[in-house]
Amino acid sequence: MPPFVWWLALSAGLLPGAWLAARIGGAFGGLGVNPIERLLADTGTVAMIVLLVALAVTPLRRLTGWAAIGRLRRMLGLLAFAYASTHFVVWFGVDLFFDLLLILDDLTTRPYAMAGFGAWLILLLLALTSTRRAVALLGRNWVRLHRAVYLAGVLAVVHIVWLTRADYRDAMLYTLVLGLLLSLRVVWALNQRRRARGEPARNGVV
Amino acid sequence: MLIRTRRRSEANPSEITPREVYQRRRDFLRGGLALGAGLVLPAAGQGSAALEYTPGSFSTDEKPTPYEDVTTYNNFFELGTGKADPARNAHLLTTEPWTVVVDGACSNPGRYALEDFLRPWELEERIYRLRCVEGWSMVIPWVGFELNRVLRKAEPDGSARYVAFESVLDPDNLPGQRRPVLEWPYTEGLRLDEAKHPLTLLAVGLYGDALPNQNGAPLRLVVPWKYGFKSIKSIVRIRFTEVEPTTAWNLAQPNEYGFYSNVNPDVPHPRWSQRTERRIGELRRRRTLMFNGYGDEVAHLYEGMDLKRYF
Repeated sequence: MPPFVWWLALSAGLLPGAWLAARIGGAFGGLGVNPIERLLADTGTVAMIVLLVALAVTPLRRLTGWAAIGRLRRMLGLLAFAYASTHFVVWFGVDLFFDLLLILDDLTTRPYAMAGFGAWLILLLLALTSTRRAVALLGRNWVRLHRAVYLAGVLAVVHIVWLTRADYRDAMLYTLVLGLLLSLRVVWALNQRRRARGEPARNGVV
Repeated sequence: MLIRTRRRSEANPSEITPREVYQRRRDFLRGGLALGAGLVLPAAGQGSAALEYTPGSFSTDEKPTPYEDVTTYNNFFELGTGKADPARNAHLLTTEPWTVVVDGACSNPGRYALEDFLRPWELEERIYRLRCVEGWSMVIPWVGFELNRVLRKAEPDGSARYVAFESVLDPDNLPGQRRPVLEWPYTEGLRLDEAKHPLTLLAVGLYGDALPNQNGAPLRLVVPWKYGFKSIKSIVRIRFTEVEPTTAWNLAQPNEYGFYSNVNPDVPHPRWSQRTERRIGELRRRRTLMFNGYGDEVAHLYEGMDLKRYF
C-alpha cells in the first residue's frame, strides 16, 4: 500500500473534526439554537461511525484479500478514540460543566451513561496500549486485550439504543452494521475451529 | 372580532403594512390601554395578522427567548422527530378550515369552526417559562385565553373528572404520522382542576402574531408547570371524561412518562436528571425549579400526593 493511502484515510477521518470545528466557529450555519446539545450529539455520531469503520477493516481485508489495509486499523482506532474523547469532554466539561454531582448521578443511575462511559474506558485502555512497545511487551495478551474493541462497539451501540426515546432509525442502522461485522467474525472463528479439527467449512464465507 | 384568520388568497398584511408600523400601532394601543384603564380596544384593523390582546396576569418578567429560536427549535413529531423538522415541514400542516369539537361528559357540547370557537374570547399575552423534559427551557410570550372559559361554557357534568385532548390526524400530509413513532393522533389529558387552573392557557398566538404551524397552529394548550409535551399542539378535540384519558407519551413509555409530568427536579427521568436545565441562549445550566417555578400557584393541586409515584 503506498503511503499516500494511509494519509488519505487519515485526512478523510479528520474531515468531520474540521467540519465540527468550523461550525463551532460559526461556519456552515453554526451549531443552531442549542449548540451544546448539537455538539454532544454530533461528536457522538462521528465517534460511532469512525469506530464502525475501524471495526470494518479486518472483515474488509479478509473479504477483499487486500492485506495492506490492515495498516489503517490502528490509525482508525485512535481516531475513533479521539472523537469519543471529544464527545466525553463535551459531556462533562461543557454540558455538565464539571459538576461532579451531576456526573456521578448520571454514571450511577443512568444505564445509557454507564454503557457509553464503559465504551470510552475500553477505548482509552486500547489507545494507551496501541504503541509498538506495548505490542511487543504484551505479546499474545495484546491480541486478547484488543479484542475488547468488540465489547466497546457493543457498548457504544447500546449507549445509543438506550438513549433513543422514539425514533430508532439511526440506532437500528448502527446495530445492523455492528451485527454484520461481528457475525462475520463469529462465522470465521467457527470455521477456523472446524478446519483445525479437519472438518470442512459449513458455508461459503471462508 | 378579536381574531381573524386569513384566507390563503388574501394578501398577507405584512406585504401591505411594514411590520415596524403595525408594531408601533400595537405598542400605542397597549400603551393607551395601560394609561387609561378600562379603555375598550378598537376593533381589529383591516385584516391584521397581528393579534389584538391585553397584557395578562401571571407573566414572568424574564427575558423572552428570541422568536427565531422558539420557532425553529421544538418538538412536533407530526412534522418530524428532529427539532428543526417542525419549522422545515410547517407548510405541510393545513389549518384552514379547522374544526374544534368539545364533547364528552358535559351538557353543552359543540362542534365549532375555529373562528366561531375563538370569537367569544378576549386574548391576553402570557409570558411563560417552558421546560422541556429533555432538559432545555425557553421563555415564550404566548397570546391566548384561559382554557377554563371553554370549560365553563361547555358545562361539564358532575361526573367529569378529566379533560382529554386530541391533536390533528392527517397522515396523508404530515410525514411524522406515516411512521408509528407514537400512537396517532397525539393525545393528552389533564385532571379537571388542573384544566380549570387560571395558568392553563389555550394559545393562538406567539410574540403578538398568530401561532406559526410548527408551534401548534391554530390552537394549542400551554400548561407552564408541566413538561412541554403536555402542552398538546394543533387541537381538534376537547373531551370531558370520567376516567384518566390516555396520553401519547404514556402509551409509548409508561415507565418514563406519567400522566402528571409536573416539572420536578427531585424526580429524574430515566434518561435525564431533571435537577438542571439549559435555558436556550445560555451557556451554563441553571437549577430546575419545582413546578417550573409556578409552585405558589399550583402546589395546592397536589397536596397529599406522592409525586414520585404520580410522576
